[in-house]
Amino acid sequence: MSSLIEHPHPKERRIIFENAGKSDYTPDIENYLAHGGYEEAKKAFTMTPEAIVNEVKASNLRGRGGAAFPTGVKWGFIRRDDGKPHYLCVNGDESEPGTFKDRYILHRDPHQLLEGMIITCYALNIHLAYIYVRCEYTHAKEIMEKAIQEARDRGFLGKNIFGMGFDLDIYFHEGAGAYICGEETSLLESLEGKRPYPRIKPPYFPAVLGLYMAPTIVNNVETICHVKHILRLGSAEYAAMGTAGDGGTRVLCVSGDVMKPGPYELAVGSVTLGELIFDICGGLRPGRSLKAIIPGGSSSKVLRANEIFKIKSKADDGTVIDKEVPLLDMVMDAANLAAAGSMIGSAGVIVMDDSRNMLWALNNLNQFYAHESCGQCTPCREGVLWMSKLSTRMIAEGTQESDSISLHNIADHIAGRTVCAFGEAASWPTQSFIDKFPEEFGAQIAHQ
Amino acid sequence: MDQRAHNTIEQTSSHGELLSHDDVLGSTLSQAERITSGLLDKVEEAITHYPVSKRSAALPLLHLWQNHFGFIDESGVEWIAAKLDLNSISILELITFYPWFRQKAPGKTIIRVCRTLSCALAGSYEIHEKFCKSTGIDPTCEGHHGIPTSPDAKFSVEFVECLASCGSAPVCLVNKDLVERVSLQDVEDIIKKNS
Repeated sequence: MSSLIEHPHPKERRIIFENAGKSDYTPDIENYLAHGGYEEAKKAFTMTPEAIVNEVKASNLRGRGGAAFPTGVKWGFIRRDDGKPHYLCVNGDESEPGTFKDRYILHRDPHQLLEGMIITCYALNIHLAYIYVRCEYTHAKEIMEKAIQEARDRGFLGKNIFGMGFDLDIYFHEGAGAYICGEETSLLESLEGKRPYPRIKPPYFPAVLGLYMAPTIVNNVETICHVKHILRLGSAEYAAMGTAGDGGTRVLCVSGDVMKPGPYELAVGSVTLGELIFDICGGLRPGRSLKAIIPGGSSSKVLRANEIFKIKSKADDGTVIDKEVPLLDMVMDAANLAAAGSMIGSAGVIVMDDSRNMLWALNNLNQFYAHESCGQCTPCREGVLWMSKLSTRMIAEGTQESDSISLHNIADHIAGRTVCAFGEAASWPTQSFIDKFPEEFGAQIAHQ
Repeated sequence: MDQRAHNTIEQTSSHGELLSHDDVLGSTLSQAERITSGLLDKVEEAITHYPVSKRSAALPLLHLWQNHFGFIDESGVEWIAAKLDLNSISILELITFYPWFRQKAPGKTIIRVCRTLSCALAGSYEIHEKFCKSTGIDPTCEGHHGIPTSPDAKFSVEFVECLASCGSAPVCLVNKDLVERVSLQDVEDIIKKNS
């Protein structure tokens, strides 16, 4: 795997990639221990589980997988002493186009993930946990299973771990090439050996009726790794790295038309989109200008260069004011991207310059969603295929005036009408590409 | 095995398409009849990972089976289903859902080119086309739970969705190895090395 993370930018603040980014760092347990590994797991057992959950709540850690849900709040749904079995499923499916951070953790620093899992499981009274990873990470199984065995040999996993009277088994589980399995209820169905059709919420919130119908926490790989650092730094210091309600660091993955694509770990809210693209990522190719940014994985709504957003912010006297923020001055965090009508999602930033055709780009994404729709809900199964056929035909045969209206119309009838968020994920690109770049879709008639 | 399983093995044996590996080996045995003790051990070990429900071992068993035989024939579906106390449809519906699983033999070297946006921006369509042309595969062939394979059975080439290495686009998987920033020259080298 490439050395993309071995050259940190001075603006980066690395805690998750601190070890994984070193060129001579090896994934074995001796090396991890030499780098202070498993100290936080040991420390966790000197704390009460409630104290750990409170630390995670106070840290303002938000899920790094896509929904940015506060991790401590999610954990708070689990009642330790309800007499039921509880499970942890770590989501390493990492299939949102534009996202490529967990692969570095899984391949280069497997024990960091295991340590985070041990702390999580102790805090939530979990004795069986799975790591669900896409099978396209062809070497991850071997690396993670070796790490699990090493931890087991040291007494960090298995019976009576760390001699603290707590049992924990962790197993690695491979997916089989389906994007939908990154959706948490689909992941659980997949793990149960069934066709991975997402479950409807309510009632099937994983924290209530999860794996094997027991309370289950599904967290992203990076999210679980952060838990270790919250204990190491303390929730106050961890939270202070980020913004209000959004603590710590976050790996932003940048790809597309920039000179230095890669995953960059930055304190939450510490850079604007302009700094990210033109400073950290070395700007665009020579002679090119910015056209569009997909800020949070392919499902997030596209943003147009030179857009100006009205974002509500608090003035010094506490009053809420509308502030006009140009795209490149927008701070790259969950709150600002939501205010701009898009989302931070999985933080997979795809940059496109003025050489790119937006219909072509949208068609690429439409083909992705058409391929990946699980087929459970009719609006999505039929709609995404229809959108893909339409945009393919528009490229091959030219655009008719009614095409963009039809496209938008189909998308409007998928979003909000499906069991899972795939419906929105598949509709938002079409809606936003047409709304933001109407001239490229021949859309003379305003969409209603 | 019950009568139904026995019938399936006969059907499989008479089904030419599913037996391309066997043809090479001159064997007419179904996959289920060719299980090795090594594979059995791995299967038993995998099932222990799921103490709550052995149905959860369905994907791991399918991976083990495909890694061993190259694809999953009807006897494999029956065998895995029987092993996990399931109807065979509960296994077959997984094979037809997940893009990774195949019901036909692939070429010796499997090349999966990432098709999705960041790789497409970086030229993955040209890469895919060159792989196909160099191996005699029709680039428009999608394969249906098979995989587009060259006439000499040396290569399979397919487009796959995002391989999550967008920062080093374009990428492809050559069997188990990720190749990053693939160039047209790399394509020639990969073909040459595996011919």
